[in-house]
Amino acid sequence: MTEEIIIAGFGGQGVLSMGQTLGYASMVEGKSVTWMPSYGPEMRGGTANCITILSDEEISSPIISVFDTGIILNQPSMDKFGPKVKKGGLIVYESTTILHASDRKDIEIYAIPAAEAANQMKNTKIANMILLGAYLERKPIVGIDSIIAALKKVLPERYHHLLELNKNALLKGQELIRSVSKN
Amino acid sequence: MEQDIRLMKGNEAMAEAAIQAGIDAYFGYPITPQSEVPEYLSREMPSRGGVFLQAESEVASINMVYGAAGAGARVMTSSSSPGFSLMQEGVSYIACAQLPCLLVNVNRGGPGLGTIQPSQGDYFQATKGGGHGDYKLIVLAPSSVQEMADFVFLGFELAEKYRTPVLMLSDGAIGQMMEKVVFNHKPLPKTDKPWATTGKREGKHRSIITSLFIQPEVMEKVNIELNKKYAEITKNEVRLEEIQTEDAEYIIVAYGLSARISHKTVDLARAKGIKAGLVRPITLYPYPYDRIGELANKAKKMMTMELNAGQMMEDVRLAVNGKIPVGHYGRLGGIIPSPEEVLENFEKFIKE
Repeated sequence: MTEEIIIAGFGGQGVLSMGQTLGYASMVEGKSVTWMPSYGPEMRGGTANCITILSDEEISSPIISVFDTGIILNQPSMDKFGPKVKKGGLIVYESTTILHASDRKDIEIYAIPAAEAANQMKNTKIANMILLGAYLERKPIVGIDSIIAALKKVLPERYHHLLELNKNALLKGQELIRSVSKN
Repeated sequence: MEQDIRLMKGNEAMAEAAIQAGIDAYFGYPITPQSEVPEYLSREMPSRGGVFLQAESEVASINMVYGAAGAGARVMTSSSSPGFSLMQEGVSYIACAQLPCLLVNVNRGGPGLGTIQPSQGDYFQATKGGGHGDYKLIVLAPSSVQEMADFVFLGFELAEKYRTPVLMLSDGAIGQMMEKVVFNHKPLPKTDKPWATTGKREGKHRSIITSLFIQPEVMEKVNIELNKKYAEITKNEVRLEEIQTEDAEYIIVAYGLSARISHKTVDLARAKGIKAGLVRPITLYPYPYDRIGELANKAKKMMTMELNAGQMMEDVRLAVNGKIPVGHYGRLGGIIPSPEEVLENFEKFIKE
């Protein structure tokens, strides 16, 4: 199994930390992981992305041009990475802010109103975890428990009171993707 | 015992390894894309031991390294391309004074202030002498986060064995990316340094650290001594990795990040029925001339893949010595090609 993922959006949406959390959880489950962030001027100008590769085998190139999955959090990233998902691949995107999704028919596309759901949960910062939950429901590549364990390890102790919220967000995402149809 | 496994950036892994390798001091100055190193060390060293000092410039950093190494400390610095250029005078002095230390250059795009994106444009500077005079550095090229940690240990081991500065030549991508890293290194015991300037006590000879030898006869002796050492290093310390070279007709030679990308290119090429292989020099100095020359007896063509305009291609040509055609593919300015892009150009080169 090898899963090649692009996670992309604005800086501050938790794009890089999604990849890190997913990477950490996969590592704990014994997989190989590479996480390659954008750190260039585009990041300072607003957009951020990371290529996260998870595999049962050793990973050669951490840099790739096509992806199994895109988790997309803003319109520019949809425009840029929509065409770069492999045929038969998957896009999970934040549909409160992205108005024009890819119109490709050869991939699965799920619209998840994560920002709206996060708002209802009274913490706009957990939209990323909602999307991550949605993705993991469709591709259960690592368990939600492993994600929580990863967060426990990655987050400093002073943020551990947020673990419950994060778990609820992951579960919310799983619930949302079950209720939306792919387009 | 539970293994110490972490998910870390290359820069962080290198910094953690430096502490575990028992550095006495780190002198440096922040510059993207290696600023995680001083960040990590400034956070960790006060409680785990050793001196962390942010100098006023890279020129100051390297001269602090010179001084501390002369006094027998296990010492390192790190920087990125423009900052490392500033250090070259000091590096030449340290090489001449024969002092062990570890230098790290997390290569970004140049020339000039250039870009903060990954590059391998400092190959010539690293391997052909960035400073003045006849000297060499042992140059290690990590291609994974694990090796960013491992080569700190290897680097100090070689530096202290040969009394010479060792350079780890990394790049912005290996420095910034996260991978699994296992810390299970053997501790590096402090080595005996009778030459260090630790104070003249009774019964102890005077230690003098200098790189100034005004009399040409004396200078030449130093040069000869240095070159003997480099010959010894060339004999003993060549390191490389080969992937699918046994029956390879077409070989890519690449180091660092480029080797990772090219590894996938080789896999893609094999899937298309091309007998491709990869040679990854791990030491850029000493360079694996002999082995590459040997492989040229069987292979039909070789191509380097580098994030520069073809600097290492010159060394491959020296190794191959005209036996087979040697080409190059690379991107510049901080652009990183995908494995597919490399394959396309590799196939073009094969057909030429």
